[in-house]
Amino acid sequence: MRSRWRWLMAISLAASGAQAQANGWNMPVGVTDVSSDIYGLHMTIFWICVVIGVVVFGAMFYSLFRYRHSKGAKAAHFHEHTSVEVLWTAIPILILVGMAVPATATLKNMYDSSDAELDVMITGQQWRWRYEYLGEDVAFTSNMSTPRTQISGEEARGEHYLLEVDEPLVLPINRKVRFLMTSDDVIHSWWVPDLAVKQDTIPGFINENWVKINEPGIYRGQCAELCGIDHGFMPVVVHAVEEEEFENWLADRKEAAEQEAMGVDREWEMDELVERGESVYQSICSSCHQAEGQGAPPAFPALANNEQLISDVDWHLDKVINGVSGAAMPAFRSTLNPVELAAVVTYSRNAWGNDTGDVVQPSEVAELIAQ
Amino acid sequence: MAPNMPPQPPLQHSTTAVADGQSHGHTAPPKGILRWLLTTNHKEIGSLYLIFSLTMFFIGGIFALVVRAELFQPGLQLVEPEFFNQMTTMHGLIMVFAAVMPAFTGLANWMIPLQIGAPDMALPRLNNFSFWLLPVAFTLLLSTLFMPGGGPNFGWTFYAPLSTTYAPPSTTFFILALHIAGISSILGAINIIATILNMRAPGMRLMDMPLFVWTWLITAFLLIAVMPVLAGVITMMLMDINFGTSFFDAAGGGDPVLFQHLFWFFGHPEVYIMILPAFGIVSAIIPTFARKPLFGYASMVYATAAIALLSFLVWAHHMFVVGLPLVAELFFMYSTMLIAVPTGVKVFNWVTTLFRGSISFESPMLFALAFVVLFTIGGFSGLMLAIAPADFQYHDTYFVVAHFHYVLVPGAIFAIMAGVYYWLPKWTGHYPNERLAQWHFWFSIIGVNLTFFPMHFAGLAGMPRRIPDYALQFADFNLLSSIGAFFFGASQLLFVLVVILCVRGGKKAPAKAWEGAVDLEWTVPSPAPLHTFETPPVFHRTSH
Repeated sequence: MRSRWRWLMAISLAASGAQAQANGWNMPVGVTDVSSDIYGLHMTIFWICVVIGVVVFGAMFYSLFRYRHSKGAKAAHFHEHTSVEVLWTAIPILILVGMAVPATATLKNMYDSSDAELDVMITGQQWRWRYEYLGEDVAFTSNMSTPRTQISGEEARGEHYLLEVDEPLVLPINRKVRFLMTSDDVIHSWWVPDLAVKQDTIPGFINENWVKINEPGIYRGQCAELCGIDHGFMPVVVHAVEEEEFENWLADRKEAAEQEAMGVDREWEMDELVERGESVYQSICSSCHQAEGQGAPPAFPALANNEQLISDVDWHLDKVINGVSGAAMPAFRSTLNPVELAAVVTYSRNAWGNDTGDVVQPSEVAELIAQ
Repeated sequence: MAPNMPPQPPLQHSTTAVADGQSHGHTAPPKGILRWLLTTNHKEIGSLYLIFSLTMFFIGGIFALVVRAELFQPGLQLVEPEFFNQMTTMHGLIMVFAAVMPAFTGLANWMIPLQIGAPDMALPRLNNFSFWLLPVAFTLLLSTLFMPGGGPNFGWTFYAPLSTTYAPPSTTFFILALHIAGISSILGAINIIATILNMRAPGMRLMDMPLFVWTWLITAFLLIAVMPVLAGVITMMLMDINFGTSFFDAAGGGDPVLFQHLFWFFGHPEVYIMILPAFGIVSAIIPTFARKPLFGYASMVYATAAIALLSFLVWAHHMFVVGLPLVAELFFMYSTMLIAVPTGVKVFNWVTTLFRGSISFESPMLFALAFVVLFTIGGFSGLMLAIAPADFQYHDTYFVVAHFHYVLVPGAIFAIMAGVYYWLPKWTGHYPNERLAQWHFWFSIIGVNLTFFPMHFAGLAGMPRRIPDYALQFADFNLLSSIGAFFFGASQLLFVLVVILCVRGGKKAPAKAWEGAVDLEWTVPSPAPLHTFETPPVFHRTSH
């Protein structure tokens, strides 16, 4: 059914040329069948609008030029013409039907997420993405890696300014991947233009979308739904790789996850925890509580020299694990693993002058979560 | 709508209104500020609305310029993201609710009684109350910027739960402000309907009314239908924030998507509330300066009614990526595409009115012609956005920002300016300074296109809306938009200058200020005296 319309789209593709792509001022053709179908629809409708515009504005400017009062034009007095009026009601309807048919076919295809070979859960959080490969025990969060110094202009901006992350979503090419999408807090929208996937992630809902990538590469996008202060700093990076490379990557991640799980039971040194905690803090916590723990009151309290935090380790753990209801502080019990939780709490109890000397072991955290 | 409905303006009403008008003439009006606080005269209230709207247009404009200044180049230079979000939100709220809507209500107040031969609005005291609610509402709204935690920062569409669970404490005041503005709109709409249905000059049937009156009649019904829905949704927010309900909180069993359905059931008709009266203004100006009757008067009326009815059936096209079922996507895609048909009819009618006319290019006509072209470009991008699969790429990008600014700035706002230039001679007795008005036009047209046209490209290339900083490939488009925005903003000072000069003096205008003008307002002297049509005019069916 869809192939019948391919010729129309092919003409549009040819007419628009690849020039627009190189300059980055048109919609990308993208790297999936759906994205090129959408591009074809976009260009088809664009050219239809151009033709209508040329005819209508042509008639208008002809009249403006030809029937000028200053050139002595005498006004006619006709003010209706039934058959013309019927005609210009009917013709647009036909054009619209012509647009609706291929659009319907493309939309039906986009909604068919059946027979997926891999399921990835995408969870939006203020202001990062969490990816979980369902049934594979692999999950991680993906944070913007552009340093704040580039945003403030203290440092030169890199090529992928604001569109780079610490851990990209890795996907195999040529396999149908289904996305299950939700959110932990407000509504976000996961968007990668080259994949033509934009889907809101909504708390309490699980939305579906899918992708089958044709070419390996790195594809960048960002959150498309206003989600708070750092809405502009919530990029998406997809790393599409050959199937074999994907399998290897997945196996490595699984092994690393198992090692991490074993790490929960052993006794950790303070230095190890502080080192690990600092990297967790900088990627997860610093966007609100700031790099030096100074916070941004009133919304984001300071952690440095915070009396309550320093005096009460149980309170501190509870806030990190369970969040603060009715405030911006999310619960990190499922986002971070016990090692990361223990590390970040240990770090923030011993950094920026909070010299408590406290060490929180991953095993203690695991016990708290289990309760 | 019934074209042959016998109208028979009830004589009783006319006499009451006349008597009411006369009573004002006999008691000396209060002096100073009290005169404006207590006035029940449609012309004075119309002026109040227009002055209020112009003030808010500049406040909302300054907010937009803060946004554009921050987006002038990549990086964060001037404002923090938190304040940036307050600026985008306040810009939208102020422009929609405090600039465009009151401007149309102001024009309605001035012109509807004059165009239907009525002595005043049907409910003059209510009219005063509707206006004075507005300064209260928007002082309250603007004051939230100075509250702890700042003002609304969740976009003018205020999607829950960002606007409830995660909102700043001032949100309760925002809700109260919107409630007050909503009451003002509803009361204004009731007054307009009562005036149009009851107070037309003897002999004027509904299908004889000027199109500005027709479009406002339909707009008023839209307002009455949807403002209560807005009131409902913000009340649910109020409950969620302050009284522990969970309408929109998934953790309490609520539904964040329900918010969007309710908001857009209000929001889409709201879009037409801001454009239908513009259609009416343009439909008055184009025939005047083409010196030729409007082509297809009846089809204009039917097209307006069709657009209004369809506006209730298309709301979820704002929600194509929230995960609607396929059937819903298809329904809303088809119904949205259908709106192109009546809108197309209107554009074809305007163009055909020009065909074989005798056209001159005074400032109102220039703005009206720019409206036809640029609004149609906004219509084209609207048609593209209607295509649901393509909307997955367009949604929430600068392409959408470009689209709605094309229909609202060179659409609604150009039509308002066209209307102001068209009717200023009637209001002040002087023609506006044509030279300055033409400069204003050309500066505006350059500014508006320089600001908004590059946004199409930024959006297609992948720039999301409502971000305070952007990737480097969007830098050129943003640079152009920011330059255009400052140019456009500055050139609006010319508009203020023209209006002030026109109020203070200028070339004297006769009763019929424009050669090709036909409606009833051109039968009363210029400037229109405080009280007009105390005796109903006899309406002769020649105009249409």
